[in-house]
Amino acid sequence: MEATSATTSLHGAPTVLAARPRRASPWRLAYWAYCALVLVFLLAPIAAIVPLSFSSGSFLAYPLPGWSLRWYHEVLGGGRWLRALGVSLVVGLSATLLSVVLGTLAALGLARLRGAWAAVLKTMILAPMIVPVILIAVGAYFFLAPLSLTSTFTGLILAHTVIAVPFVVVPVLTALELLDPSLARAAASCGATPRIAFFRVTLPSIVPAMASGALFAFAASFDDVVIALLVAGPDQRTLPREMFSGLRDSITPALTAVATIMIAISTALFLAMQAVQRRARRAAMREG
Amino acid sequence: MAAGRRVALLAPLTGFLLVFFVAPLAWLLSLAVREAEVPRALPRTLAALESWQPNEPLPTGLFPAFGRDLIEGREAGTLADAARRLNYEVNGVRSTLMRAAREVGSADAATPLDARFFEQVDPALASPAFFAAVQRAKGPVSAFYLLASVDLVRDAQGRIERAPEANRIYIDVLLRTVAISFTVTVLCLLLGFPVALLLTQVRDRTADWLMVLVLLPFWTSLLVRTAAWVVLLQREGIVNGALMKLGVIAGPLTLIYNRTGVLVAMTHVLLPFMVLPLYSVLKGIPPHYMRAATSLGAPPPTAFVRVFLPIAAPGIAAGSLMVFILALGYYITPALVGGGADQMLSYFVATYTTDTGNWGLAAALGLLMLATTIVLYALAHRLSGGRAVAMG
Repeated sequence: MEATSATTSLHGAPTVLAARPRRASPWRLAYWAYCALVLVFLLAPIAAIVPLSFSSGSFLAYPLPGWSLRWYHEVLGGGRWLRALGVSLVVGLSATLLSVVLGTLAALGLARLRGAWAAVLKTMILAPMIVPVILIAVGAYFFLAPLSLTSTFTGLILAHTVIAVPFVVVPVLTALELLDPSLARAAASCGATPRIAFFRVTLPSIVPAMASGALFAFAASFDDVVIALLVAGPDQRTLPREMFSGLRDSITPALTAVATIMIAISTALFLAMQAVQRRARRAAMREG
Repeated sequence: MAAGRRVALLAPLTGFLLVFFVAPLAWLLSLAVREAEVPRALPRTLAALESWQPNEPLPTGLFPAFGRDLIEGREAGTLADAARRLNYEVNGVRSTLMRAAREVGSADAATPLDARFFEQVDPALASPAFFAAVQRAKGPVSAFYLLASVDLVRDAQGRIERAPEANRIYIDVLLRTVAISFTVTVLCLLLGFPVALLLTQVRDRTADWLMVLVLLPFWTSLLVRTAAWVVLLQREGIVNGALMKLGVIAGPLTLIYNRTGVLVAMTHVLLPFMVLPLYSVLKGIPPHYMRAATSLGAPPPTAFVRVFLPIAAPGIAAGSLMVFILALGYYITPALVGGGADQMLSYFVATYTTDTGNWGLAAALGLLMLATTIVLYALAHRLSGGRAVAMG
């Protein structure tokens, strides 16, 4: 504190002036306040349910009568919520794995491909992002039945892969298009076989893109309710699907505990994404 | 790269999407125009009606053929689907047909299956109007479900007219879906634009932190956010509790299970989808344009309206269109925080698929939704200068 004020008194005055070229006008303050309110609107509802899940009472209101973990005991002590969490993780991870494999292969095939076929293929691969998910779900509902895949894990995983795979193709394709083609030629001129050049040059530079694609793909599957509602059977009730039934019924403190667990998982995904992007930026700066 | 290797790399995903995405979608949409139930159950009846016109007397030989179809259709289990299809056009004919099939089956061989026989079962079954409906459903395709999805029907002469007043519901649903999506888009723009603008004006480090506040809700599950609004807005919820404690209101307000709840929750869910593309558009506008305008004497508000907004307009329009497209397909949030009169198009597609089995109508409404989405997406694509508007 003192050190800072000392610096300011020595040669700080001009710096302060430069950092704040004009005084905050009332308009500007109103503008900041408005933006702050918008951010509160975005975050407050999510923040509000977290403390409720640690309440010792069973009413969803403040002030809390006391703190307890009873709702977490109820949710994580077994039964339908724990099973649903397991289903969501199994389905999400499987759909992610399938999306990363199929999506990366396709992105490698699409890279630097031009012309009508490339346009058609890109449109088809990106279409699940645009087509209303209810239509994908209803389509799967009809189509999985003759294949005996309705109410199976395989069916749900395949349907989730449809909505998850564009999230892998987009970043990996972008990374490949940005990749300097002379790198592969340089590797070849240094005596690398195409296989070695791929594993030592191309693959390492698209791994961050694959990772962020995987995180998005998992989030797409983990978030889905609509497909799970139409395609999943009683054994594939995912966490969002179980929450949907819970909310239709009546909202309980146990449900806020589930919501808090889901917030923790999505925050972890978000932080992982930030880390991946930071590493990718650093790697890009090293190369550049 | 060798063409063969490209094909090998692209084949797995292409094959997967053709089987699990393109084919199901195409098959679903084909249901909107296909007429399969009546030709499957009543082939002889349709053959007898081949050259019949609705204003002529019913052809001879029609009723014995009809009787034969009823017996066989009932045995083969195809009659129930045809009866349901015909019931959409001739009210109440479903149970009448099933009863007629039972009575034909139990009639002794000496009883002639003629007009009088069916008249005794139900006069509707001997009427030209019924057979006109059968003929219209002869397939293989018809516009019946497409017309029904915009509250239109064909009369006995085959002319298109508006559905009876009591049956007009889909235009209402379409207008409601568009109205909710439009309102949510405008709210997102009003709330999102200033935040996106602020993000471009603060220092990079501050912008990073503010961005986290936008991205965290973006990553949070849709269902968690909807649940949060239920907790906040319900009758004994936090908002009502706070307002009553502050003495602003005497009794609890109805904030949920109505249009208010739908608009608030949907705006909350879609707001990050507005802020993120707007931010990237606004960030791309070089700040010296504004400085040039102000140095030429324009006061900041004038420079903003005359220089900044026109440059930003296509990007703002593209972002808004994307939010509108996303809103059009919403199902879960209105289902959980809306009332009966707030359900959107997706809800009807889902209900007709799983509950009532009216697949033709589900497909026709889906086709309408998909066509609107594609047109608006193409517009957004063009406005954003050909850059694909990604949702991630």
